[in-house]
Amino acid sequence: MSMIACRDLSLGYDSDPILEHLCFEVNAGDYLCIVGENGSGKSTLMRTVLGLQRPLGGEITFGEGVKPGEIGYLPQQTAIQRDFPATVWEVALSGCQARLGRRAFYSRSEKALAAANLARMGMGAMGGRCYRELSGGQQQRVLLARVLCAAERLLLLDEPVAGLDPGVTQELYDLIGKLNREDVTIVMISHDIAAAMRYATHILHIGSQLFFGAADEYRQSAIGRRFLATEGGEST
Amino acid sequence: MIQTIGMYMQFPFVRYALAVGTMIALCASLLGVTLVLKRFSFIGDGLSHVAFGAMAVAGVLRISSSMLFVLPVTVLCAVLLLRTGGNGKVKGDAAVAMLSVGALAVGYLLLNLFSTSTNLSGDVCSTLFGSTSILTLSKVEVWLCAVLSVIVVVLFVAFYNRIFAVTFDEPFARAVGTRVEAYNLLIAVVVAVIIVLAMNLVGSLLISALIIFPALSAMRLFRSFRGVTLCSAALSVTCALAGMLVAIVGGTPVGSTIVAANIAVYFLLCIIDHFILIST
Repeated sequence: MSMIACRDLSLGYDSDPILEHLCFEVNAGDYLCIVGENGSGKSTLMRTVLGLQRPLGGEITFGEGVKPGEIGYLPQQTAIQRDFPATVWEVALSGCQARLGRRAFYSRSEKALAAANLARMGMGAMGGRCYRELSGGQQQRVLLARVLCAAERLLLLDEPVAGLDPGVTQELYDLIGKLNREDVTIVMISHDIAAAMRYATHILHIGSQLFFGAADEYRQSAIGRRFLATEGGEST
Repeated sequence: MIQTIGMYMQFPFVRYALAVGTMIALCASLLGVTLVLKRFSFIGDGLSHVAFGAMAVAGVLRISSSMLFVLPVTVLCAVLLLRTGGNGKVKGDAAVAMLSVGALAVGYLLLNLFSTSTNLSGDVCSTLFGSTSILTLSKVEVWLCAVLSVIVVVLFVAFYNRIFAVTFDEPFARAVGTRVEAYNLLIAVVVAVIIVLAMNLVGSLLISALIIFPALSAMRLFRSFRGVTLCSAALSVTCALAGMLVAIVGGTPVGSTIVAANIAVYFLLCIIDHFILIST
């Protein structure tokens, strides 16, 4: 039984499909990278899996105790967040919002969880800092801490390194790789095919042609070779 | 001057006015932070014009406690605006503009056609700019204001963490199962209530100032959401009290004096913020 299984999935807006006949699955411990050209529907796929958008056809099933609403989601940053007056602590703690239930305020254990996850992301000492004054990489670390408060086992990351400089990007990839080794299942949308090939165990390529399989198979496949050549990724 | 204030304080209606004004200012400032950050400021502005139109209709229908009519109408419009806003930004924007100018025009038209008042422009002016209506509230309205203010504050405190979550990151909140639509609706309804309340204090044209200025001022000083919220509440209450006292003593219009106080504080904090930036 896999964590997420999609069968013959069609998705898009208003009965106008962007993608059809999509099949893939995510198993515990996987590191799945979703690649494809701009506008091929990567973010739409992620939103559909999360239940934020209805699929046009096919089915998505969850297993191994994963329920919709218990999947960690790191959306792309919005303009609102860049000038938002909030401390690192407030942002991280908001990851516990689903645990509130009927309570109005966060409990001691939720605060401890937020503190632990900030420390895990190397931001333990930054709790009092203002979120908007952080560097891009630090902001992503805070958002990762927040998403870890919401879900321990499965994270969906929508281009977490967008707009970061190369050094910071590398740090963030290492951090996500470390999470994956600590048994956190990662599904990540990536523009950076070279990095995807380096870290991912599985690749889902979407667009006019579809591919789903292990990263090694992708490197050998016709579609993979073509995409790797055009996107400048070296096949190491 | 203290003597003059002391003399005025002996009148119960002055005390009522100060109490109600303070409560309204507190409520208005609480959600201001969220509205500014969510880019919802224009909804507040649109709703205040709707409230004016509803007030005109209430006047024509000779409803004695106009608030009981204006409140449901404004809340209904808030709900409708939020619905259309969800379909697309441009459409939502246009809907707000349409509704606000429409309500303003129809309201004034109705007042002209059916009003029995001998001082029509005076009535219109006081609905738009507040003038003395805060001093002439009936006992029912004072109590209604008090109860609604308490409800707004309680709701805000109870949902503070969720309001933060929904304001900071809607997609994330949605993904972890927070009922974002319900909270957006709550925010819109509470804003509608605040606008109807604040109409008594500053009039329908100046309400946005009461909601937005304290939040913008507080954002100059504080770097945390809680700090901004608390500071905005404190600034709003201070400005409202100072404005009302100045208005009572100096005989200036209440609403514009309060807004002027808010503007002064905003620019003062801008200057302070600027110098802090330079010195660090």
